[in-house]
Amino acid sequence: MRPRTVILTGVGWLVGLLFLLPYLQMLLTSLKPENELTKSPGTYLPSDWKWSNFVDVWSSQPIWQNMQVSLIVAAVATVVTLACALPAAYYTARNRFRGRNAFLLLVLITQMFAPTALVIGIYREMVALDLTDTLLALILVNAAFNLPFCIWILHGYFSSIPRELEEAAFLDGAGRVSALTRVTLPISMPGVVTAVVYTFIAAWNEYIVALTVTASPNRRPLTVAIPSFVTQYQEHWQFLFATSLIAIVPVVILFIFIERYLIGGLTAGSVK
Amino acid sequence: MQDVTTRGAGAATAPAPRPTPGRRLRRALSPLLWLGPSIVLIAVVVLWPVIEMVRTSTLKISSSGVTLGSNGTTNYSDLFAEDDLLPVLGRTLFWVVGTVVVTMVLSLALGQLLNARFPGRRVVRWAVIVPWAASVLMTALIWKWMLDNYSGLVNRVLLDLNVIDKPVNWLAHPDQAMLWMMWVAVFVSLPFTSFVILAGLQTIPRDVYEAARVDGATGWRTYFQITLPLLRPAILIASIVNVINVFNSFPIIWAMTGGGPGHATDTTTTFMYKIAFYDQNVGESAAMAVVNFALVLIMVLLYLRASRWREEVR
Repeated sequence: MRPRTVILTGVGWLVGLLFLLPYLQMLLTSLKPENELTKSPGTYLPSDWKWSNFVDVWSSQPIWQNMQVSLIVAAVATVVTLACALPAAYYTARNRFRGRNAFLLLVLITQMFAPTALVIGIYREMVALDLTDTLLALILVNAAFNLPFCIWILHGYFSSIPRELEEAAFLDGAGRVSALTRVTLPISMPGVVTAVVYTFIAAWNEYIVALTVTASPNRRPLTVAIPSFVTQYQEHWQFLFATSLIAIVPVVILFIFIERYLIGGLTAGSVK
Repeated sequence: MQDVTTRGAGAATAPAPRPTPGRRLRRALSPLLWLGPSIVLIAVVVLWPVIEMVRTSTLKISSSGVTLGSNGTTNYSDLFAEDDLLPVLGRTLFWVVGTVVVTMVLSLALGQLLNARFPGRRVVRWAVIVPWAASVLMTALIWKWMLDNYSGLVNRVLLDLNVIDKPVNWLAHPDQAMLWMMWVAVFVSLPFTSFVILAGLQTIPRDVYEAARVDGATGWRTYFQITLPLLRPAILIASIVNVINVFNSFPIIWAMTGGGPGHATDTTTTFMYKIAFYDQNVGESAAMAVVNFALVLIMVLLYLRASRWREEVR
């Protein structure tokens, strides 16, 4: 290897390690016995590797219920988003019509507004609709705020597929919808998968709206439940981070699969 | 994605012999059929809260949430009379500008690194992605624990290196806390930003560099005179997306200091949240939200100009 490559490799691996360091610390903390967490100064490695923390965490708080909430909210929000985004992305990619630009502008503006900016309004709306403390409120909010990303990414894929392919299907007697489902959709699979995974993860990680509109402990998603491991009255950092890892590891693996398709949808086609 | 414009444009002129009123109506309504679900979803979850927020900011609402009638502009004058407002606005500016500038500079280097060829590059890219995929709240919580004054890792390392001689309570002091939280904000913004830069770098054709080499340009000169100008669109978009994200960032501050002590580490977002749910003053909080909303709107307009979406998004 040339010296340049050696240095690059060294720096590269060091940077990678730095990014993983906090999560490594999560793992080490989650494996420590509780009495070791009150030692000062803190220890680097667990004196006693308590793998049982990952078993005990399930009985320390109803996190299984919280995980179910997270799963249901993320999964249903993903389905709703996709059901709305697919036709919209397909139609805007294939047709010019009055109001097309206005629609795309609306989508882009929505993308720029995180729920944080609107949380007071969302809270007031959910109170008015009597939807506070329901999963439906979380599903709607997550579906709406991830819709723009899905529309962009699918729009990009649909636009890049030649009409001729669909016209061939029309000639074979297929209708518009079946041309979409049999021809266009299979080719756009990377886009669809990216949209699904990204929405799922974003909904899984959503915090501020869930914090605001949920109240009952068993209707909170994981993000809202996790901080209650450490309060004025109890400090179970090992359980907090065990739960965090259980929540983080699956989505990181999913995320790695869609990495190369992401940028297009997040920058609305401005950077390819 | 842009090369299909001409093909798409043919669609509206599809053969339509003898348009009857029924068919014309159907053609006018057909976009609604396809776009309807999206429009309804955005209207209910995005537009409604915006209107509700503006309306609430003019209402008098009791601490239990009962509307007591109109309040004129009192909520706004109450908000502007808050002693904490000006420091909070200043801090928000510092938080956004500081975080985004540091993120951009580091991302330029990081994007370059991720674009270079070395063994294991793929794994390093995966490692860099992790803070992007992981919940920001959980990432903020591990940093909070690492900064713990009693048994945190940061103090342990600094004590072992003899940089400090007794543990420091990093998050108790507003200035230190702010800098650490900005670091966490940088940490979670780096993956997205460096991947946008990486995507930008990958669009630069190799022969541009060949030509520069023939002309005798090397190293830093090539970077500043060729790479950086060609990265302009990527840098612009990444900056604006980051400005909006960092402005809206809530979990980091909420998890690490809760905006405290008092309002000493609040940004406008956490400030708004505390007025609503600690002080139980929803009206005034809505006024703060409207101000936030207006600020984000300005940034969005800048984004639209910068992205020239009308030309780009076909």
